[in-house]
Order: sequence, then structure tokens, then C-alpha cells
Amino acid sequence: MCGIAGLIHRGKSSNVGSELQGMLQALKHRGEDSTGYALYGDTDGKNFIMRFKVGENVGEGSSSVMEDVSVYDERKKVVDQTLAEMGAKVVKEERTLPYSLRYEIDYNTKDLLDFSQRIESIPGVEILSMGKSLEVIKDLGNAKMVCDRYSLDKVVGTHAIGHARMATESGVDIKSAHPFWGYPFSDVSVVHNGQLTNYWNNRRVLENKGMRFMSECDSELIAVYLAEKMRDGATLEEGMKESLTGLDGVFTYFVATKDSLGMAKDTMAAKPLVLYESDDLVAMGSEEIAIRSVLPQEIDTYDPFDGEVKVWQI
Amino acid sequence: MANLKTVSKKSKAQSMGMHTEVLTGRTQQKFFNPDEAENFYYFGTYDVDFNKRTELDVKDMTAPEANKEIDNLMSQGYGTIVIKNPQGKHSLGVGILNKLNLIFEGSLGYFGMGSCDGPIVRINGRVGWSCAENLMAGKVVIEKNAGSCFGAAIRGGDLICKGSVGARTGIDMKGGTIIIGGDAGAFTGFMMQRGRIIILGDVGINLGDSMYDGTIFVGGEIGSYGSDAVDAELTSSDQDWLKRKLKVAEIGENFDVSKMKKIVAGKKLWNYDNLEPTEKKGAI
Repeated sequence: MCGIAGLIHRGKSSNVGSELQGMLQALKHRGEDSTGYALYGDTDGKNFIMRFKVGENVGEGSSSVMEDVSVYDERKKVVDQTLAEMGAKVVKEERTLPYSLRYEIDYNTKDLLDFSQRIESIPGVEILSMGKSLEVIKDLGNAKMVCDRYSLDKVVGTHAIGHARMATESGVDIKSAHPFWGYPFSDVSVVHNGQLTNYWNNRRVLENKGMRFMSECDSELIAVYLAEKMRDGATLEEGMKESLTGLDGVFTYFVATKDSLGMAKDTMAAKPLVLYESDDLVAMGSEEIAIRSVLPQEIDTYDPFDGEVKVWQI
Repeated sequence: MANLKTVSKKSKAQSMGMHTEVLTGRTQQKFFNPDEAENFYYFGTYDVDFNKRTELDVKDMTAPEANKEIDNLMSQGYGTIVIKNPQGKHSLGVGILNKLNLIFEGSLGYFGMGSCDGPIVRINGRVGWSCAENLMAGKVVIEKNAGSCFGAAIRGGDLICKGSVGARTGIDMKGGTIIIGGDAGAFTGFMMQRGRIIILGDVGINLGDSMYDGTIFVGGEIGSYGSDAVDAELTSSDQDWLKRKLKVAEIGENFDVSKMKKIVAGKKLWNYDNLEPTEKKGAI
């Protein structure tokens, strides 16, 4: 059991960091092994924002190991050197935690595949997100703990999705935490509640097509699956509709891009989702109490039906 | 094993291995007596006055605190309780085995009104998954939409949703009636064993999948039939019953019931014929 939540403000920005924290904290009983945020903040859109990690926060069942901070420092140096070699200029640098970094990068490219492959070829380095608006922040603990650790409560933006995880399919660590970046597409992120039963079959096919997986978490498949569909020219909504038959198992997932947010529910409707929709705001979560954290007044909500796909624009 | 057709009720149960323990003192086993039907009550329930009304704001309460306070109010004789600000909390109103008029001014989360026997409930909002699960008797009316597993395993009573409901409505139901004013999701009536479901709108795929028995009436389109769910003739008795039921439910009073479809079990999967306790009450 995991909990997912998302919201999109239409026509305005809001304090999405604080709002999503409230929604995910309301779902903490669904799992607090790790919590992740995909926040689409207000930016000038000039520079890429790269969130990446140079080490792990290791919990139960993880195959990762704790390392000395000096190892992280060495990896960071190699990342800096690689960026310089590619002509990417680091405009702003933040190191929230010894293993977690945020770079604003002046880099003129539309193809992030080569860029990402070179960065992630450095052992122990993983890009959590890359985009001009998207920032994926994920770590161990419940929503409030992660929000406080990374000071997310003041992030202003248009939309966000998040995940409260109870680890079942893989270890408790950052690499298995949601959201997953839709590698190598700028500003695409995914969260998922459920279990995919054709994970390995799909993974083998996608890896043969050159797609990359960083974890053994089945949910990562959705991000890679959609990225591959979009690489082949499908729109986000088309890719999501194809996923209803291409992915086997039970699932409800959210996917967000720079200017949209979508949801898909499997054909057995086995995983919960409650939805609130108005002209100004769409809010959704695994349980109504998540929505109530941002809309305490009496509202009309509903459960999307089986096999339903919806996409909203900001 | 003894011949089950000739042995007494007591020895039949024992010969089937259902009562092997040695009981001492007063037995807790109760057999239904029709003379006691009107006055039947559970241990720990209260004599309440429907005209005695109060309000309870649960905004700052947890679900256990709210449920305990409802019990406390019933112990003081309150027969009508209005719950303010439920705000989608889970498990509100569960385990009420009392006659009670309960009104929620707002929405409930998961498992609202679960395992109840007797209360009359009106929810002026929406309910989450598994509303009124295991309902034995009484009436629960939801003014808006409901989540999945609506009325799972109910054994009696009326469960009414004026909006639309999610998947697996009436899963494993063993009696009672579920009435839906809007649409219903996939696997409605999944493995239902007895009882009736009425859906005025459309219904999703796999309707009545693996149903043992019971009846489903559908006013709109059917996504697909599940295994062993088959059409049956809609009789004039069915139509009379539907009209009465919809009128009592204050829902779809002008609905043309003659055009509804009736779906029952083909009974090719199982042979199933054990009466539920509530049906035994009626049979005595």
C-alpha cells in the first residue's frame, strides 16, 4: 500500500510545496518508508534545474551501502568536471545534504539523453530530475520530515505530484523512492500506487531499445514506458491510454509535464483514487483526506472509473 | 459421519465438526425466536428516543474518539445525532448495533458505517471505499457519490447512493438491497450470493462476475457481462417491487422500470443454497 497525491492550479500559481506536504502527510498511514515530491515551480525557464544525488540514504532491505562524505565530494568533483567538458555552466549550486544536490545549469540542448548518460556514467551518481520547471525531491521518512529537510514548504508553482511509499517490491532507499523522472525527457515525472506484473518483460524490451532503469522498483517502468512512447512521437495522453493494455497488474498513476497533469487507472480499478475538479483547481489522492488538507470545506469528489485516463492543463 | 438427513439440529452441527469444544456455564449460542424479533437488541446497546436530538462536531476528533462519543450520546438516550465536519475521516459510525437516526453533514472516508445493524443513516456528502460493509439491517442513504466496494458483504438493509459508485459494488453481498442513482464501475455484483442491486445508470465491465445468486437490475448500458451472469425475464412482480423500492428510496421515482434489464446467476459455476441468518428469520 502506498499513497499518491497531486494537484494542479489552473491559471495561477500557489504554494504547491506546502500544499503537497499537507496532502502527503494526510496519507502517511499508507506508508512512510520514503516520501517524494515532484514540484513544478515558477522559474524564468532559461536554465535547467538538475536534482541529483551522489550517494544513498540507506534503509531496510536496500542493496546500497552508506559511504563517507569524502566519497560524495569526489563524485561531485567528477560531475562538475563532466559538466564543464559538455559546455554546461553551473549558474547556481545548492547542497542541501551531503548526498543531495541541486544545480541550475545554463546548457543549450534539446536532447538530454547524451547529457544524462554522461552524468550517470559516473559511479554512484543518479539524476533525480532534469527540467526547466520540475524538481524531484525524495528521501526516507514521511512527508513532513522530507519537506523540513529540504525546505520545500515555500516552493511556489502551478502543479505537483507526490508519493508516500510503503516499500514492498524493492528496498528502502532513495533510488527506489517515487517520483520517477521520465528520463530523458525534460520536466516529466511519474508516481504510482499498485503493482506491475509484467515489469521484467517490459524492462527487457525497453532496455533493448536503449532506455535506462536506475532501480528495481516496478513503478519506474511507467516513467520509462511513457518516455519511450513519447520518444516515438505519441502524445502524453496517447501514451497513457496505451499503458492501460501495455502494463499488466493493478495501478493508479499520475504523470506530470511542464504544463499538464494526468491520471490513469487500470481496467480492474483495483487501486483507489479520489478526484476533485473545479475551474481553478484539480486535486486528487488515494484518499479523500488528502484533498481535505487543502480544501477543508464540503466539496464534491468522485472516484474515476476503471480504465479512465484524464489530462489537465495549467 | 452420521446421516445428516436424520440427525437432530444439535447433533448435525456436532457431526459436521462445528461444535467440538466443551462448553461450560451459560452458552453464548443464541437461536432466533420470532416472538423476540421486535424487541431484539444486542448486549451494550441503548434505549434511545428519536425525538431527543443533538449535534456532534468531529472536526478535531479522531475516528475512535468520534465513535466513542456517538456511543456515549446513545447511552444518554439521544436517538437523533447530527455529525458536523466529518471531513472525509475514515471509519466513522462503525459498529452501531442500535436503533438510531444518524445524519452526517459532510463526507466520509473509507469504511464509513461498517458492520452496523439497525441505524437509519443519511450522509449529505460522499463516501469512500467500502461504505456500510457488512451491514445487517437499517438504511444508509448517500446524497452524493461513493467509492469502490460499496456495500461489500452486506447481509441486509437498504444501501442507497444517489450519485455514482466505483468498482466492485456489492461484492460478496449476502442479502439486502443496494440502489444506485447514477453509474456503477467494473465488477459490480462480483461474487454476490444473495440480495438485489439496482443501478439506474450505466454499469462497467464484468457485471455480476461469478455471482452465486441474487439479482441485478440495470437501467442503462452494460459494459460487459461477467462469468456466469445471464439475462432473465423482467416480470411484473419485479417491476412492482422496483417501483416500491425506488419510491421508498426517494430516487428515480419517474424512472421507467419496464425497460430495465434483469441479470441473474447462470448457476453453472457453483451449487449454492444455504440460507443466511436474516433469511432464516423470514423463513421461520
